[in-house]
Amino acid sequence: MITEGFVWLIIALPIISFLVNGLLVRAFIGSNSKYAGYVTIAAIGASFVLSLMSLATVMSDGPLDFETHHWIFIGGMDLSFGLILDQLSVIMLVVVSGVSLLVQIYGQAYMDGDKSYTRYFAYMSLFTASMLGLVLARNVIQIFVFWELVGVSSYLLIGFWMDRPSAAAAAKKAFIMTRFGDFGFLLGILYLYSIDPSYMDVSKLYEAIGVEAITASMATWVALGLFAGAVGKSAQFPLHSWLPDAMEGPTSVSALIHSATMVTAGVFLIARFFPLFEHSNVMTLVALIGGFTAVFAATMGLVANDIKRVLAYSTISQLGYMVMALGVGAYAPAIFHLFTHAFFKAALFLGAGSVHHASGTFNMKYMGGLKRHMPWTYWGMIIASLSLAGLFPFSGFWSKDEILGHAAEVGATTGNIVLALGLIAALMTAFYMFRAIFLTFHGEWNGGGEKEEADAQLSGDPSPVGNAHSHLGESPWLMIGPVTLLAAISIFIGFFSNPVVEVGSIDKHAFAHFVTVENEDVFPVDEDGGHKAADHAGAAPKFNFAVAGISSLLALSGIALAYAMYIKSSISPSSIGARFRPLYNLMFRKYYFDELYENLIVSKGFYKYLADALRWFDEHWIDNANIHLSNWVSRIGKSGVLIQNGQTQTYAVGMVIGVIAIAAGFLLWG
Amino acid sequence: MFEGLLTITVFLPATVAILVTLFARGKEVDRQVRWISIAASAVTFALTVMVYVGYDQAVGGIQMVDYYERWIPVDALRSSYLLGVDGLSAPLVLLTGILGLAAAFASWRIKKRVREYFMWLLLLETAVLGVFVSLDLLLFFIFFEFELIPMFMLIVLWGSGRPRYSAMKFVLFTLAGGAFMLVGILAIYVTPDVGTLAMVSIPELGITGIPELMAGAKLALPAALIFGFFFIAFAVKLPLWPVHSWLPDAHTDAPTAVSVMLAGVLLKMAGYGLLRINLGFFQETQDFTIHDVAGPMAIIAAISVIYGGIVTVRQTDMKRLIAYSSVSHMGFVMLGLSAVGASAVDTSAAGLNGAALQMFTHGTITGLAFLMVGLSYDRTHTRHIPHLGGLWKKMPMIAIFFLIAGFGSLGLPALSGFVAEIMVFLGTFSVWPWPTAVAAFGVVLAAGYTLWMVQRVFFGARPATPGLSDQVYENLTDASWVDMIPVIILAAPIFIIGLWPSVVTDVFDIGIQAVLR
Repeated sequence: MITEGFVWLIIALPIISFLVNGLLVRAFIGSNSKYAGYVTIAAIGASFVLSLMSLATVMSDGPLDFETHHWIFIGGMDLSFGLILDQLSVIMLVVVSGVSLLVQIYGQAYMDGDKSYTRYFAYMSLFTASMLGLVLARNVIQIFVFWELVGVSSYLLIGFWMDRPSAAAAAKKAFIMTRFGDFGFLLGILYLYSIDPSYMDVSKLYEAIGVEAITASMATWVALGLFAGAVGKSAQFPLHSWLPDAMEGPTSVSALIHSATMVTAGVFLIARFFPLFEHSNVMTLVALIGGFTAVFAATMGLVANDIKRVLAYSTISQLGYMVMALGVGAYAPAIFHLFTHAFFKAALFLGAGSVHHASGTFNMKYMGGLKRHMPWTYWGMIIASLSLAGLFPFSGFWSKDEILGHAAEVGATTGNIVLALGLIAALMTAFYMFRAIFLTFHGEWNGGGEKEEADAQLSGDPSPVGNAHSHLGESPWLMIGPVTLLAAISIFIGFFSNPVVEVGSIDKHAFAHFVTVENEDVFPVDEDGGHKAADHAGAAPKFNFAVAGISSLLALSGIALAYAMYIKSSISPSSIGARFRPLYNLMFRKYYFDELYENLIVSKGFYKYLADALRWFDEHWIDNANIHLSNWVSRIGKSGVLIQNGQTQTYAVGMVIGVIAIAAGFLLWG
Repeated sequence: MFEGLLTITVFLPATVAILVTLFARGKEVDRQVRWISIAASAVTFALTVMVYVGYDQAVGGIQMVDYYERWIPVDALRSSYLLGVDGLSAPLVLLTGILGLAAAFASWRIKKRVREYFMWLLLLETAVLGVFVSLDLLLFFIFFEFELIPMFMLIVLWGSGRPRYSAMKFVLFTLAGGAFMLVGILAIYVTPDVGTLAMVSIPELGITGIPELMAGAKLALPAALIFGFFFIAFAVKLPLWPVHSWLPDAHTDAPTAVSVMLAGVLLKMAGYGLLRINLGFFQETQDFTIHDVAGPMAIIAAISVIYGGIVTVRQTDMKRLIAYSSVSHMGFVMLGLSAVGASAVDTSAAGLNGAALQMFTHGTITGLAFLMVGLSYDRTHTRHIPHLGGLWKKMPMIAIFFLIAGFGSLGLPALSGFVAEIMVFLGTFSVWPWPTAVAAFGVVLAAGYTLWMVQRVFFGARPATPGLSDQVYENLTDASWVDMIPVIILAAPIFIIGLWPSVVTDVFDIGIQAVLR
């Protein structure tokens, strides 16, 4: 049904769109041409259709095996690139191209009037292409190539409004922090390559793990490196602090790169190398880092005032959920959560953009009462929030519960810790999401962008970045259409893609079955025809009523608490903030991680004590040593001027003596 | 290809230079000289393309030989005029052609003593080409040293800052290194079992080269010492820590086109020398082989990469920053070369190929970076980073290509720097895991200093106390089409090799395999 050429087209079409927009449209039509949007939507739309066709093909025929192509082929090195079209990549393809398509449609209205409209769509195309290339890559080096391209295109997108110093700084921060992770990724690749160059091919690696050709300690080191990469890209603790700053990009950018793509690349990476991770000893670390991040990020979300930052923390927290799921071996639930999260988180970000469109600010303190003015946005965000909070029957409920259920089933220390952390995060998630909803849509209108600007001037603060005039009213259809559609999807996609009972023609646990049992390269069939590996990875989870009940109760109480604090005002947020002032400050100042990294480690430690010291050493010692040396030479030269009598013979004697001296010296001491 | 192609390629720039100096006169002389010089560089470029394309990969070995047995009519001196290319030198000849053309265009705005300027620039090109195609040690040495004269004149007369100091420093460092090399050459030459200056064997001409003769010969000096002499000469030129301190000064004070040539091809003479001589000659000499020192080479390479990278971070002059980054990037060349310590030839080949490609790619990427700094400096008249900011709005083309050079330098995939670095890392890690792991951190440092500079200079807003007056800032213009010609010339290979590396690696590999035998 689908051939290799068509799969390559999935990547190539957005690249073509990037080139057409970047080179042709910008040069010959204009830097704010409507055509840029059309070209991009056409290209990504076609990629989406091809992705659906790929999905259908893999669903009916199983994974496709394509040929590899030499990229570098010299003595001692053969790097061959190719495509891998398995269950994991087709799911990712559909999510990435689908969400990207909706974001592009939304972007036409959201970016309308921006003088760099063409550049925006060029970058978006490049980003989408990189992400699609990443999920299709078969060779580890090839994964790294697209991984880095994802990094650079997100750098360009976060810094899209680069004349804002904060945007330029955020872009740089994102790139460099993720590069620290990439360094680990690179070392993991190098080590894997040094074990056997053929393991660069992912399917060969699966085979090698299947026959135990790689020892557990080898796997541990490689997995540790790859995990470092994933921690950077998926903004896990301790490399999390770039993501909230990355909200400096246009909101539609955040909707794309901080919901369905880029940040999920880290989760994808762990999933892609899942057999290697399972074979290694790092799974506990993965689970704990993920679980810790899920709670840690959620606490910061509790107190943030910027609606996009709340969503950013929520993303970090939800990625933590996925990472911890992988850490306890819950492969299918993790991918399932990645899948459902992509839709409702994109809806929330796009909704936040719509809110900004009306209120002119991202600061929720200056919003309020928007429910009346923008009902579509309101209901879209409510549904997405309910889904994120994990309430029955929305999609987040099913995926979150599978993770928690799996953790409960794993049990032991790790499983129980993860379960506890997951439950705490669930409570917090429901609270901060509904805090955001209530502050934004309920209560009284608080003046929007103009008011914030005026207040800043009054108190002498720098004026807030990215504010615009408020014009209360619903956003254009191009914007609320995608929000509504994504919200609608998040109502049912969870249950119907992976139902806990057989529904009509949909098998029980269809999604989980598809990504595990049917992916025989990753989850090999046992000799007796059983699916132990797949079952272990959550192919057929039992629905755990106790866990579902507790987590739903926690989510409901989170919502109730937010209701009590921000609607009924029966509990005063400010008095609680005052009572727990140090804790509040700790969370509000993001646990001082920015200060720790930027002031202490980079400015003091690295710049002052290392770089400046080395620079001083370079200028005063290395350079001076050279100068002293040359001064000596000239002094010797001056004293030797007597010998310089212009007679060749004298020079010849000198040379001979010199050579003899060197030779003699070597014979004696050499 | 036809007879004498290499001779014509090498000496065409010098011939034009001399003719122009002797005969160009009159009112319009500057304009004419400029065009003639550009034409000469263009023809030379075309010739280097012919050399590269004409090199038959299926046949391999040394090709396009120009041989004149006794070019110095002294019987005692058995030096021959021997030019030829193999897989190692053919890409570097092409690189010289590319950079020579770019440098000629980049000199468009030179107003002072135009005739002289272009004379030296063309002579420089001849010298560099000569180094890459000479297969006689004496000839190699002469070209290697001759390059100093035009460089000295170009920096002193057309440089900025402290040109005399920098030029003198450059010359002294290279000369000092050259003196060691000369002793090394003599030691090889006076060894009775060797007694030749031919750097390679060419059976068709009955020439047996030094590598074959040196294997097992009783050398006049200990092999380790001779190796050291050559190594010092090339380490200075590369440059390697701790003998790098001439480079930032020379780069900072040289005019743009000269920085482009310096970074682009002059440093590569050292990498080429290391490959051809240090690796090629000392494979199986008595008492000493290259394998004995591959470990220290890897360590010093890692130091160069990290030390260079860290010092780069704190530079505030754009040119100085790029110059220091060169120290870091040339460390990768040395790292790749250290893969020669592997027990299997195949393993070494990957690292050496990476080193060779890193030379090529650093030439274009850093050349482009210097070019863009030059274009920016022409307009703003400052390279002090804290004084700049928000230039993207005023000069988007310059900013975009600067960003491309920056991405190339920090090893972004799809650009050639990545390919070279990953080849070096993959090739060297299995041989020297720890030095490689340390050096790989250089890519994080590179991201830091490159993006910091981009952010400060091109992004954001103008600084609160601007280094540029409002009037200067408002009147900033973007690159003109003439400015863009050299930019495109240098940017094209970065993309081409980044996407399709085998266009160069296949050729390099032939030369590398021959060196490793």
